Amino acid sequence: MNLKKGLVGLLAATSLLAAACGNSGRPGGGAANEDEEVKLGTVFATTGAVSAYGTPQENAINMAIDEINAEGGVLDDQEIELVNYDYTSVDTEAAQLATRLATQDNVDAILGADTSGSAKSALQSGTQHEVPTLSPSASADNYTIASDGGVEEWGWRVAFPDSYQGGALAQFAEQELDTEKVAILMDNSSDYSVGLVEIFEEIFSGEIVGKENFTAGQTDFSATLTSLNELDFDVLLVTGYYEEGGPIVRQAREMGLDQPILAPDGFGNQALVELAGEENLNDVYYTTQFTTLNENPLVDEFVESYTEAYGSEPDMFAAMAYDAAYVMRDAIERAGSDNREAINEALAETEKFEGVTGTFSYDEMHNPSKTVTILELQNGEPVNTYEVDPENL
Amino acid sequence: MDTFIQQLINGLSLGSVYALVALGYTMVYGIIKLLNFAHGDVYMVGAFIGYYIIANFNLGFVPTLVLTMLITGLIGVFIYQIAYRPLRNSTRIASLITAIGMSYLLQNGMIYIAGPQTRSFPQIIDNQMYSLGSIRISTMQILMLMTTIFLMIALQLIVQQTKFGKAMRAVSNDPEAAQLMGINSNQVISFTFFLGSMLAGAGGVLVGMYYNTITPTMGAGPGLKAFIAAVVGGIGSIPGAMLGGYLIGMIEVVISAFGNSMIRDAVVYLILIIILLVRPNGILGKHETEKV
Amino acid sequence: MILMKIFNRTNISWIVLFILTYFVLEGLTWAGIIDPFYEITVVNIFINIILAVGLNLIVGFSGQLALGHAGFMAIGAYATGILLVKMPSGAGLIVSMLVGMLVAGILALIIGIPTLRLKGDYFAIATLGASEIIRIAILNLPDLTNGAVGISGIPLMVDWRFAYFIAALTILVVSNYIRSSPGRATIAVREDEIAAESLSIQTTYYKNLAFLIGAVTAVLAGSIHASYFGVINPGQFTFNKSIDILIIVVFGGIGSVTGSVVAAVVLGIINVYLQQFGALRMIIYALVLIFIMIFRPSGLMGNVEFSLSKLFKRPQDVPGSIENMEQEKGA
Repeated sequence: MNLKKGLVGLLAATSLLAAACGNSGRPGGGAANEDEEVKLGTVFATTGAVSAYGTPQENAINMAIDEINAEGGVLDDQEIELVNYDYTSVDTEAAQLATRLATQDNVDAILGADTSGSAKSALQSGTQHEVPTLSPSASADNYTIASDGGVEEWGWRVAFPDSYQGGALAQFAEQELDTEKVAILMDNSSDYSVGLVEIFEEIFSGEIVGKENFTAGQTDFSATLTSLNELDFDVLLVTGYYEEGGPIVRQAREMGLDQPILAPDGFGNQALVELAGEENLNDVYYTTQFTTLNENPLVDEFVESYTEAYGSEPDMFAAMAYDAAYVMRDAIERAGSDNREAINEALAETEKFEGVTGTFSYDEMHNPSKTVTILELQNGEPVNTYEVDPENL
Repeated sequence: MDTFIQQLINGLSLGSVYALVALGYTMVYGIIKLLNFAHGDVYMVGAFIGYYIIANFNLGFVPTLVLTMLITGLIGVFIYQIAYRPLRNSTRIASLITAIGMSYLLQNGMIYIAGPQTRSFPQIIDNQMYSLGSIRISTMQILMLMTTIFLMIALQLIVQQTKFGKAMRAVSNDPEAAQLMGINSNQVISFTFFLGSMLAGAGGVLVGMYYNTITPTMGAGPGLKAFIAAVVGGIGSIPGAMLGGYLIGMIEVVISAFGNSMIRDAVVYLILIIILLVRPNGILGKHETEKV
Repeated sequence: MILMKIFNRTNISWIVLFILTYFVLEGLTWAGIIDPFYEITVVNIFINIILAVGLNLIVGFSGQLALGHAGFMAIGAYATGILLVKMPSGAGLIVSMLVGMLVAGILALIIGIPTLRLKGDYFAIATLGASEIIRIAILNLPDLTNGAVGISGIPLMVDWRFAYFIAALTILVVSNYIRSSPGRATIAVREDEIAAESLSIQTTYYKNLAFLIGAVTAVLAGSIHASYFGVINPGQFTFNKSIDILIIVVFGGIGSVTGSVVAAVVLGIINVYLQQFGALRMIIYALVLIFIMIFRPSGLMGNVEFSLSKLFKRPQDVPGSIENMEQEKGA
């Protein structure tokens, strides 16, 4: 009896394996990818722990590609075909899916992934198969740095590298806020937060009087804030995303911590106002990649159509991904073909690209060089913007 | 000293959440020895139900809480009937895997329905700050503590004083003997799931109101912590779960406040392991002699 | 005599199977059917086989529920990540594996010796706590581990052949252990701890031994993971990862090495198939998990083992194999 069961199981397993292999039995020409259609692939987390970052990016790219196709596509009326994959917040899946896009789906370029860890994993596959890989939101400095210290040839991004932003925050704190003493509240389980604080500490010339931690998903910050409130400092630096940033601002203000709060672009989400409460968002400064404060028809249009399509205002991630799609279109147009190498070369020559996250060109390390805008909030309303030029750093 | 009392209040609020969720873990474990890993996600579902009730019907605090608890309780019973009941007679680890499957299903189902982003919970309570000297306490904190304590007393009364409670204790002690005595063990277990999920639902609404944020992934962290709280207190023991919940909340707050917040979670786990070594059955757990 | 012992029927049948599978895989690679995408899938399956077979020894054969397998995997990954960057060579890989195994082994004993005395689910909770402590330690030792950012650019020394070899080795080690004298003692402890104790079997010792071997094999999987994917960070080794491995073990059948192998393969294939479903993917996966457990609560293979001799219908020739014991009991 047991024997039969075992055999049946084994047979079932082999037939499944055969079926799976059968699927792959299509003629797979790896290198030659100049075919009729322009094909892009995305790898984002739309389920799992970091799905809140991946989903808006996939949405924005879907929308951008629809817009591009509606306007007549690229390269003389060719529609862009899009293949979307969800890497379920597991880094190795990102590597696997990027390879799937590069080999099975034979895409011309990859957009993704979202977190620095998954983006690095996806880029590894992209590099191996020589596919331009553009991550909208990877911010770790080492994302575009290869293991030999040179530049990752096939890796590109739209986000500020952490060192840019950390430096800009330090400079802003010193010059605009006249800060001498800073207290830091950071998420040491997030590479984004750790990277920013590292550079901030390096650049900032004043004193850092205290450093406390929270972890992503935490909702109660009262203990840490209560002990921070005992310290004497001028500015509180909170490096994290709006999910924790909103409640931190609320709980800090409610317990009477009224120093200015300085934050990175992770705060850039309309939910911040609801999470923190309008009355608590006073003297809050955060870097931003796109703001509706300055007159920019591009931004207005983007915000309007995104809101219409997905029922909520776009956040920073959506904005960066939207730009990523257009940077890619721009590169394909200039390359004049859907050849991967030509696209990669065209990306390097991206000059004064005008996107919703600002105007930028790529430097030799494949980072976008754009000015850092810092937004000032009073009563939940953006009232002022400051510009910090990272070239002065 | 003032800071200490302030931190104590913070710890009590945080501990209330853990305690409410831990109660569900402990009751289910006590009665069918199942580590119900989906319980943290039931708590998340509760928060979302509360959110939709307020957003759509604009009810006050008490009706929202009661309605959420009822709906979440029914969902708990439904989950038991669908996923756990067919596995009553197989190994415990098989039910553990269905519990994990259920947890994935609830979390990803909610991401699919509501989207993965963090949303803010509508404020229906006018949150005032009361100052006693330098100690500050908010309406929400008082409300949270009061509701938790009220629910716990109610639960204790149900378990100790009612017939259903008696049946629960009987099934937990010896399911077969209970069945022989004419107790419908299935009904009793369903009722246990109902009670446990109700409390998790209440926890979800309170957390939503207090911290003002809800996300589909919010169940994972507190779920695990509440599980630890249940174990520390003595899994299967209702007062133990309350004690464990408040203890974990306090420990977290004390470490964040006076120690190094970087290693907070590590210390919580370390304390857990030490408690288990000294008192393997938890602080209030019953010591069972092994039968040969 | 010793040769006879090593080359018994079960081992020979496993080795024959390994060699056959190897040539099939080599052939498929040569024919281009296993392209780079399927290669990643296959390596992932091998890593999962190593993890699941090791965990099955703990959960299935010694009967101790462990919820922290990812912690030991993390030790292996970081040992390789840290050392291989400094010594980018085959020898470096081996050294890093040995270092990882040493660290994990010591840690397993530190966790196991006190907690495996206890009965019930406490070992499960202690392992859960231990693996979280490992992860938090990695986060808080940025000088060594680069903290939350993780290590990238790890030299890619591992290909599918190496992963296959280690997976095969793990299967052989574990399947031989469970048929050895300490292995049978371990199973006796699982079946009836008090009875085993009364036969003067040192129950804690055998539970620890199984835990130690399981932990050490997880290190191998971690090393392969690090040197195949080249990017590691603490977020890859969370509680969810431990649960994923446990799912493979239970899905395949608790107490069946063959089951763990089959389950790793089947789940790997299901995963590839589900990738095209986008947002519904995890929902379908969750439903599949629940339904399979409801309809096959003892897993795909129950506790049946693969053996060539069984293909010739002579189960009595494999004296003392677990399925035979079951049959004897049944008879």
